Amino acid sequence: MRIIFEKRQSISRRAMVLVPVVSFLVSLLLGAILLLISGANPFETYAAMARGTFGSTYNFSETLVKAIPLMLTGLGVSIAFRMRFWNIGAEGQLTLGGVAAAWVALYWAGRVPAFLLLPLAILAGMVAGALWAGVPAFLKAYLGVDETLTTLMLNYVAILFAAHLYYGPWRDPQGYGFPGTAQFDPSVWLPRLVGTRAHLGLIFAIVLALALWFVLNRTRWGFELKIIGENQVAARYLGIGIARNIVLALLLSGALSGLAGACEVTGISRRLQQGLSIGYGYTAIIVAWMAQLNPIAVLFVAILMGALLVGGDQVQMTMGLPASMGLVLQGMILFPMLAGSLFTEYRLRIVRPEKTDPLASETVEAAS
Amino acid sequence: MKTRTRWLLVIMAVVLGFLAVRCGGAEEPAAEEEKFKVAFVYVGPVGDLGWSYAHDQGRQALDALPYVETAISEIVPEGADSERVIRDYAEQGYDMIFATSFGYMDSVLAVAEDYPDVLFEHATGYKTADNVAIYDGRGYEGWYLAGIVAGRMTESNILGYVAPYPIPEVVRNLNAFTLGARSVNPDIEVHPVWIFDWFNPPSEREAAQALLDVGADVIARESDSPEPDKLAEENGVYAIGYNAIAPDVAPNAVLTAPIWDWGVYYKQTVEAAYKGEWETHAYWGHIADGVLDLAPFGDMVPQDVQDEVNAAKAQIISGELHPFAGPINDASGQERVAAGEVMTDEAMLGFDWLVEGVVGTIPQ
Repeated sequence: MRIIFEKRQSISRRAMVLVPVVSFLVSLLLGAILLLISGANPFETYAAMARGTFGSTYNFSETLVKAIPLMLTGLGVSIAFRMRFWNIGAEGQLTLGGVAAAWVALYWAGRVPAFLLLPLAILAGMVAGALWAGVPAFLKAYLGVDETLTTLMLNYVAILFAAHLYYGPWRDPQGYGFPGTAQFDPSVWLPRLVGTRAHLGLIFAIVLALALWFVLNRTRWGFELKIIGENQVAARYLGIGIARNIVLALLLSGALSGLAGACEVTGISRRLQQGLSIGYGYTAIIVAWMAQLNPIAVLFVAILMGALLVGGDQVQMTMGLPASMGLVLQGMILFPMLAGSLFTEYRLRIVRPEKTDPLASETVEAAS
Repeated sequence: MKTRTRWLLVIMAVVLGFLAVRCGGAEEPAAEEEKFKVAFVYVGPVGDLGWSYAHDQGRQALDALPYVETAISEIVPEGADSERVIRDYAEQGYDMIFATSFGYMDSVLAVAEDYPDVLFEHATGYKTADNVAIYDGRGYEGWYLAGIVAGRMTESNILGYVAPYPIPEVVRNLNAFTLGARSVNPDIEVHPVWIFDWFNPPSEREAAQALLDVGADVIARESDSPEPDKLAEENGVYAIGYNAIAPDVAPNAVLTAPIWDWGVYYKQTVEAAYKGEWETHAYWGHIADGVLDLAPFGDMVPQDVQDEVNAAKAQIISGELHPFAGPINDASGQERVAAGEVMTDEAMLGFDWLVEGVVGTIPQ
């Protein structure tokens, strides 16, 4: 007896709804087993997680705080992924966006009118992110350099560069030697939604998601990107400029991640310090895939992911479990959700050799 | 297209599900209104056998107060993320919140402003407010004594120091350690390695290895994990631990350790808060107060050294001996504290220079 995966001819409506629901239930079940082993009541724990993420305006706003950078970077990588350009450099693009915004905030104050400072900081963040993604895009488009490696490696360059700045030349002179720049002037603080830490970045993300959905689905350029992603030969035959489009799309992709960094720095920490590069750019890849590269879906998946990140805290705050438990639980919940998507496109079949024609079995083996 | 719609639907369903839970479970009344709720936020895991462990031991001492209920969050990163955790405790109605790492300062002050009725205490910081107190112990007293032990035990006259961040607290302890060692052996050099982290076992170990490589035969560390102690044990050299006693980790290496007893302070300040007598303050406790001490000596420390250190400790407690009494030269040989003078608290809180005998610089 063997188990094989078989590609579904057509994706049934039943599987479409059932598979994710079952995956989610399996996630909760696996998590529950883990919780029982560590002596916690799973129902109470899940309730605490849900309350801590959606239970009050404040809690929900904190979920959004986590979701905003995931939305923006998620949108960024989805554009690149649509063209099958594996941009795993969102983390670095975000970091450099934060660096550029901090540069404007710290060193342009007084030289430009105060009301221009914040828009300039955000613009600088977007430009920096765009250029950082533009380098691997250019190398890929014109020299054929593999983008997976270049985008990944540039992350470390950006993160270490940022660290160099806030440990070294940009360190707050009044900071008693602790790493981090001085706090920005309030004129460069990104406005927050009343009484919370959720900031204007949320509006940016929503507007950009809608705009992106329109561009990708309703314009000629969006169509070109789609063709390039699906069939480069056909794209070339249609006279679509592949190299130019790769660079353009990646500039946009990097700009979105750069915007995420600029928003984090001006909206949350209000200084450049540790804790900017904490994996948003990598989580964005999961967000983009779970959202099937759909810009609107990215918004919702990002909220879900933000909830998972914030909910982890509750595991220790209200349940008294160790911090690592929150992380394990996050992984436990995510894993079946991602694995589950396999079952919508593939069907699991058990093959019993004695009942099958040996020849047929042979072909199945070859096919699998 | 279809699969995209599917995911969209599911995700919306899940989000809505959570929202439903929200409506169902919101605003439940606090179960035990009577208890005085105290939260602790730690930078490391409570099992680090270091700084966070020592604070958690202090928290457990609060069990002696029947009206107190405590909660903890461990491994809370310094910077923007810590604000959420601290704010969440304030939002949940905690009466008092202890934030036990330097880098929580901005977060504590930001949250404190929005919750004037909640009391905050920030360890090792330097900014206070009406409802924000700061507290620390004079770790340098312990480090000076540990320096005497190391100074007596070294044969190479080279001591290593795994240093977390170049902030005044660490610089002060490094200097005290150096002065203590040189008080009994003026040929000693102390080599610091800055690791820019509080708790990072691999880089602590690497730093300790680098110190072994320059010939150090006593490795001290102000970082939080016992990795350097273990490395010393493996290499047959000595170590000075920190924060808490971990007898089983490196019994043949650890000579002693400056250790904390935060429970002494926690009990007194929580009691004051409960009685409504709490006022903002900047507490900086001495060995004499009991918040810090020197761990029991390892068996390899000879009795005469133990006696010498205990005598110095008695002098520190009585006030006869001050680790930062002049004359003190800086690393370039220039006199910074004249004979007969003692550094003020203010000068010590802003320590930004290294004493003679330290081989190295404060990064930038």
